[in-house]
Amino acid sequence: MSKIDFMPSELDLSQQAAIATPSAPRGAPPRYRRKALTWLQSGGLSRLAFLIPLIAIFGAFSWYPIVKLVITSLQQTNFALPAKWVGLHNFSLVIHDPLFPIAVRNTAEFAGLALLFGYPIPLVVALLVSELRRRRGLYAALVYLPVVIPPVVAVLLWYTFYNAGPTGVFNTILHWLGIGPQPWIQSQSQAMPSLVLESTWANAGGTVIIYLAALTGVNTELYEAASVDGAGIWKKIWHVTLPQMRTVLLVTMILQIIGTAQVFLEPYLFTQGGPNNATITVLLLIYNYAFGNSLGPQYGEAAALSVMLVAFLALFSLIYLRATRSWSSE
Amino acid sequence: MSAIRMRRRRERPKRVTEVPAGGLVLASDWRRPSVKWGLGTTQALLLVVLVIIGLGPILWLIKAAITPTQDTLIQPMSVFPHGTDLSNISNAWTQVDIGLYLKNTIVLALGSWASQLIVSTTGAYALSVLRPKWGSLIMALLLTTLFVPPVVLLVPLYLEIVHPPIFGGTLENNYLAIWLPAGASAFNVVLMKRFFDNLPREIFEAARIDGCGPVRLFTSIVLPMSKPILGVVSLFAVLASWKDFLWPLLVLSNPGEQPISVRLPTIQSETDLGVFLAAMLIACIVPIVGFLIFQRTILRGTGLGGALKG
Repeated sequence: MSKIDFMPSELDLSQQAAIATPSAPRGAPPRYRRKALTWLQSGGLSRLAFLIPLIAIFGAFSWYPIVKLVITSLQQTNFALPAKWVGLHNFSLVIHDPLFPIAVRNTAEFAGLALLFGYPIPLVVALLVSELRRRRGLYAALVYLPVVIPPVVAVLLWYTFYNAGPTGVFNTILHWLGIGPQPWIQSQSQAMPSLVLESTWANAGGTVIIYLAALTGVNTELYEAASVDGAGIWKKIWHVTLPQMRTVLLVTMILQIIGTAQVFLEPYLFTQGGPNNATITVLLLIYNYAFGNSLGPQYGEAAALSVMLVAFLALFSLIYLRATRSWSSE
Repeated sequence: MSAIRMRRRRERPKRVTEVPAGGLVLASDWRRPSVKWGLGTTQALLLVVLVIIGLGPILWLIKAAITPTQDTLIQPMSVFPHGTDLSNISNAWTQVDIGLYLKNTIVLALGSWASQLIVSTTGAYALSVLRPKWGSLIMALLLTTLFVPPVVLLVPLYLEIVHPPIFGGTLENNYLAIWLPAGASAFNVVLMKRFFDNLPREIFEAARIDGCGPVRLFTSIVLPMSKPILGVVSLFAVLASWKDFLWPLLVLSNPGEQPISVRLPTIQSETDLGVFLAAMLIACIVPIVGFLIFQRTILRGTGLGGALKG
């Protein structure tokens, strides 16, 4: 290395080009230079340039915040004082918060009810629509229309529908059916189902479209074979359609659970977590820690609860995938 | 190799609206009266239910937006018991200044669209076609972010925007605070990369032999060949930005800069119900009209998203 350093580089390069065989290393710097040259010539610079937006944006707004989330969860932070390391103190504060078990229970209730309302209905709708012989586009458009309404508008519109007075929209419809006015979101017991109802209306369309796409992938020869064997429509659904769709069915279920575990907009806009904390959810609690606290922001607690949420969802997904692996494998 | 090709073929976008009937019920079944009437009636009923559930609330909103507030409050389900009141719409423009918020929403959506498109096309091009050495590492880091729901990053992102490290200052009340993080969508990059992966390599090789550099290859060959996926990503970028609420609520505290979705809940209590409903209708018009125009692309993209997740 030291000897070759003194050699004129041009000479060395040409020499190397003439003499060198791949198996005979001749000294580091010229080789590096040569490597750099070929790297440049082969478009290394532009290769890097094309990655710059991705690395910059993801670095700043995805990878860095992930690290920062974990750090914040271990610190006591507000803008006034320098951050202080507090270990797992934030986690213990969150766990001992009396609202924490309520928020977890409410979130589980929301997710469970959403699964009950929002999981079987889209499948039935998709099966019926996929068997249409014409106008399938019209059905699909009607199904998907609520999904394109901005969620804020959807919630605020339903807020008007849920007017608890006897002249509310839903209460007027109930009156036609001979049912008395209901309190809807103003009642501790009806608030959560009301939120789930709106959320299902707003989101089920997407699931239907995913099922429709999956149904087109079902091998129609199997239907014919089943018919030859004398299977009726119900048997074909049970023995052909559902088994062929199991991967999609399993994935939409876990995605729905993950999605509803992060419910925020509905409790925030409908009820602010009320009445009497009946609709406070994990994400609303995170929001309240960080942004809705009159005593000043508690970013540490908010981050700690966020970390707990991610960890729980990751663990849940892992267990779910393990448990359903034997079903979904093809 | 053939196995890989088979898998790719299966994952290709499937047209929801154009395939022949599902095949669960055979043509011979359809000829049976019990199936024809039973299933036919069920499907007709489904149409009625879908019209009521899917279209009903929007029709009601349209009706209520041009009905006097008192009628909406007292007889919400009657159709124009005392005539119409178009002043709600004009009041939404003058009293609520809905035009300004509509403009803000559009500017925010366009910026987020540009940011998502730039990051996802250049990134996917580098990862799929140019293939740098540590491309697989970057891809792995990208896929990791898919497992972190964006909402849990609200707090660190907010802290970062209010007090940016290194640069100093603040991005609060700056549209960059919306546009830049919007670009960090791993889903877009993965979708785009899959599409680029399926483009024929022979064309790239031929272009390279003809002296086409990486930049020309990108702008004159890869991008023009990728119009379908660019359309899908663009539509979903604009739609997602239009729907966004919580993030703009946090970083845009100045009312004059807020988009319509952030503004609506704030004005709810202080605005006459008729005017408020008119403002909500105005907020819906662009997404609904956009959906009706690009219906096929949006539905195909939704099905595609499901296939990708699956």
